[in-house]
Amino acid sequence: MEQQQTQDQAPRGGLSHSGMDAIASVVIFLIGVVMMIDNYKLGAGWASDGPESGYFPLRIGAILCIASVVVLLKSLFGKARKHEIFVSWKRFKLVLMVLLPTGVYVLAIQFLGIYVASALFIAAFMRVMDKYSWLKTLLVSVAVSVALYWMFEVQFMVPLPKGPLEALLGF
Amino acid sequence: MMRFTRKLFNKTSLLPLSLAAFACAATLPMQAAAWEPTRPVEVIVPAGAGGASDQMARTIQGIIVKHKLMAQPMLVMNKSGASGAEGIMDVKGSKGDPHKLMVAFSAIYTLPIAVNLPFNWRDLNPVAMIAMDEFLLWVNSESPYKTPKEYLAAAKASGGNFKMGGTGAKREDHIITVALDKVAGAQFTYIPYKSGGEAATQLVGKHIDSNVNNPSENIAQWRADQVRALCVFSEHRMTYKDKVTKDQSWADIPTCKESGVDVEYQMLRAFFLPSGTSKDQVTYYAELLKKVIATPEWKEYVAKQALKEDYRTGQDFVKFLEKDEAFHTKLMTEAGFASKK
Amino acid sequence: MEELEALFQGFALALSWYNIGMMAIGIVLGIVIGVLPGLGGPNGVAILLPLTFTMPPTSAIIMLSCIYWGTLFAGAITSVLFNIPGETHSVATTFDGYPLAQQGKAGEALTAAFTGSFIGALVAVLLITFLAPLVAKFALKFGPPEFFAVYLLTFCSFVGTGKDPFKNIISMMLGFGLAAIGMDTVSGELRMTFGWSELLRGVDFLIVVIGLFGVGEILISMEEGLAFDGKSAKINAKVVLETWKKLPRYWLTLIRSSIIGCWMGITPGGATAASFMGYGIAKRFSKDGDKFGSGMLEGVIAPETAAHASGTAALLPMLALGIPGSATAAVLLGGLMIWGLQPGPLLFVEQKDFVWGLIASMYLSNIAGLIIVLSTVPLFAAILRIPFSIIAPIIIVVCAIGAYSVHSAMLDIWFMVLFGMVGYLLKKLDYPLAPLVLSLVLGDRAEAAFRQAMMGSKGAMEIFWSNSLVGSITTVALLMLVWPVLSFAWSKLGQLRSAGGSR
Repeated sequence: MEQQQTQDQAPRGGLSHSGMDAIASVVIFLIGVVMMIDNYKLGAGWASDGPESGYFPLRIGAILCIASVVVLLKSLFGKARKHEIFVSWKRFKLVLMVLLPTGVYVLAIQFLGIYVASALFIAAFMRVMDKYSWLKTLLVSVAVSVALYWMFEVQFMVPLPKGPLEALLGF
Repeated sequence: MMRFTRKLFNKTSLLPLSLAAFACAATLPMQAAAWEPTRPVEVIVPAGAGGASDQMARTIQGIIVKHKLMAQPMLVMNKSGASGAEGIMDVKGSKGDPHKLMVAFSAIYTLPIAVNLPFNWRDLNPVAMIAMDEFLLWVNSESPYKTPKEYLAAAKASGGNFKMGGTGAKREDHIITVALDKVAGAQFTYIPYKSGGEAATQLVGKHIDSNVNNPSENIAQWRADQVRALCVFSEHRMTYKDKVTKDQSWADIPTCKESGVDVEYQMLRAFFLPSGTSKDQVTYYAELLKKVIATPEWKEYVAKQALKEDYRTGQDFVKFLEKDEAFHTKLMTEAGFASKK
Repeated sequence: MEELEALFQGFALALSWYNIGMMAIGIVLGIVIGVLPGLGGPNGVAILLPLTFTMPPTSAIIMLSCIYWGTLFAGAITSVLFNIPGETHSVATTFDGYPLAQQGKAGEALTAAFTGSFIGALVAVLLITFLAPLVAKFALKFGPPEFFAVYLLTFCSFVGTGKDPFKNIISMMLGFGLAAIGMDTVSGELRMTFGWSELLRGVDFLIVVIGLFGVGEILISMEEGLAFDGKSAKINAKVVLETWKKLPRYWLTLIRSSIIGCWMGITPGGATAASFMGYGIAKRFSKDGDKFGSGMLEGVIAPETAAHASGTAALLPMLALGIPGSATAAVLLGGLMIWGLQPGPLLFVEQKDFVWGLIASMYLSNIAGLIIVLSTVPLFAAILRIPFSIIAPIIIVVCAIGAYSVHSAMLDIWFMVLFGMVGYLLKKLDYPLAPLVLSLVLGDRAEAAFRQAMMGSKGAMEIFWSNSLVGSITTVALLMLVWPVLSFAWSKLGQLRSAGGSR
């Protein structure tokens, strides 16, 4: 396939694996810095009755910073760094095919309630990915939502977010 | 085989049950209320499952189900994150929702002071308070101390080596410990645990020298003669005269004040609705709770937990809250528990 | 044998049709609750508690404890099939269970998990039957220093030498950092909430795990185009018998994990800690230690046996001391009080019928549980045959519900998606996820125990060697920590010697 050709070559048209590694380590370094600052404000010393609340988190932040610098150096200058592309655009598109609808789904939960959003989400997947017939799609997606409703709201009485449809039906 | 089964069935609560049902059928007023819940009612417990608040909520839930006091079902939800701040903020954020009832205890005053939580009980709609919980000073029964004076003198002499265990930091138990420090000149090392149950076992295992648990948290150990009650932090002795241990009832425990240790502390057990709920809705729940506390099951429950029954609602309750809040604010500032920020 | 006599009376009590019916209902409910992430044992038991107020207490606790056994058994199911731990104690089961499922051996993995669970439970019940008073006394010996030593031992037994030690460290520290968000129980102060009240409650372990493992896994399989296929497991009853034939060779792992589990259940380390420790120690001492993580049956048996043994043993301190060894036990404890029973040292004396009825029911219901879950193996293995385009969105929906129901908070679903992306990235960059999960679960508890110990000793570290119990646990923990270095040095030394000899 395509990424076979790009292997062992300089990154072309995408981020290399070690490049991504470097970016991640910078993010981790920043997390460590934030932890250190916040916990320093809280008091991170060793009081008469043992460590204060910020004592451990401050040190954990420091360890994060040190370890992330090592990982960064390794990813930039190490011998074993991987030059192949982190993820090809073609494959990343597949990832986005799940990730973006999931984002939309979570957003929809806020407006439509979890049951309607779930039915739409499942239906969309079935139609777009495997092109199931409308009838099958409808049956599966509605059945799953109804089963979930029965299980959570009726049997276990766990209230989940509901939207206008449920309100209309009087639940 | 059958013999044992039958024995069990006879032994268990079938008889009290039928009695209770009978008693209740008689007391249940049949009038139609002005407002009634139209959806299941969530009871938010800002404490962990199995703790005293949770048990109370679930007992009430059981009583309501058994006596059919409410048409809609009732769900108990534990929101114990951040010492209960999670539950408190959740109810604060549910303005105008009459299907959310919160079980409150003194965290409604102490939490905002200790962690700068943007909350005040005035952000909620007070429904009713149903009881006060007592606190006692407990020591291991193998220790030589028989009176609070003796114990506190020994604690003072040790120069800060006596360990007091309690639930959480900057909360009820911690407040009482600081008050004891002040009255007796003792300097307890306060060790915060996750729950009263943990503090109870730690006392039996002699990892701490004393705790100030509620009656319900230490009753098992007390009855097994593993811990000794020195005094109760209340104005009057408790009223339950049935023997709990071989030779003591709750009423036999002296108050701390009569033993020469002038520290008093009790904790409310109350219910709140979110703000923006109507007067009818408050009245509905206040009446519901009134019916609950009239049942024999509730009487049995308070006796077992040695709770002090104290039903207040309306203006009476608000006045109590104001006074109690001032009391806590004073204690918290004196103890130096107020958040630095 | 006073215990045996009492136990037989207990059997007589538990063996009524009514109670057996309650057992079956409880186990099936428990399996359902265990399979759905977000609905945990504590929720399940708490929700059903009010229904039991009108039942005789023995039947009620039999049903509720069966829900608990059911969740303990079922936690493994989603871990093996979808890499999503249905319960917190089955995270360690995913490490080898999911690779097995990917190789088409889901049936074997599930059978091994269930059987291991059963054996762990059996050992724990035997312990409760014969050693209850002794064990209860042992549990009382545990104060803050001892607790910290136990957590330290869990960490040290689990921390192996990963591929990249620095990524290992980062992963573990990220877990500690996440665990520290929210209120610090020891001082009552807020940490790293940045004035955001939604963060008050901290980041729940379950949400992180659902995101990292569940959603992250779907993203990975999507990219790899694998789409969950190639996993169609053998679906017949033979797989159970075939797996059973292989199990006796893991007797040492079974015994070791049972002991670890019992110990962690009694000293409320909990089933989660037990499962990690069971896995870590099995990996350390197994001949095939290096192959762990690539789909070893032993790696499934070890954590499951420990988790179930611990979950069962956790009932002992609840009954004998009145302290719950787990969250579910805490709810059961509340139930006991509502039924008018007072858990604690006197329960064994005053409520003999109840206690022995319950203990007898533990034997019976674990046997019943094993039969029920084993018969569901083909059913669950068949789920893997559902096409990806249907099962993937359903998994995401169930994950979202699970994440929401932990705190009834919309934000948590967003966190789940976020951790899904983080999980995808970290996995692609070869960061191990296990240390993150472990330190997230145990981090704040270990810290609290450490600080409680320090308060008691006024800051003196000697407290961790102040008596033989805590001293020996701490020493073993430290030995575990340096073990890889020592064994490395040892083998190097050996090589040098032999090299020197041959020259």
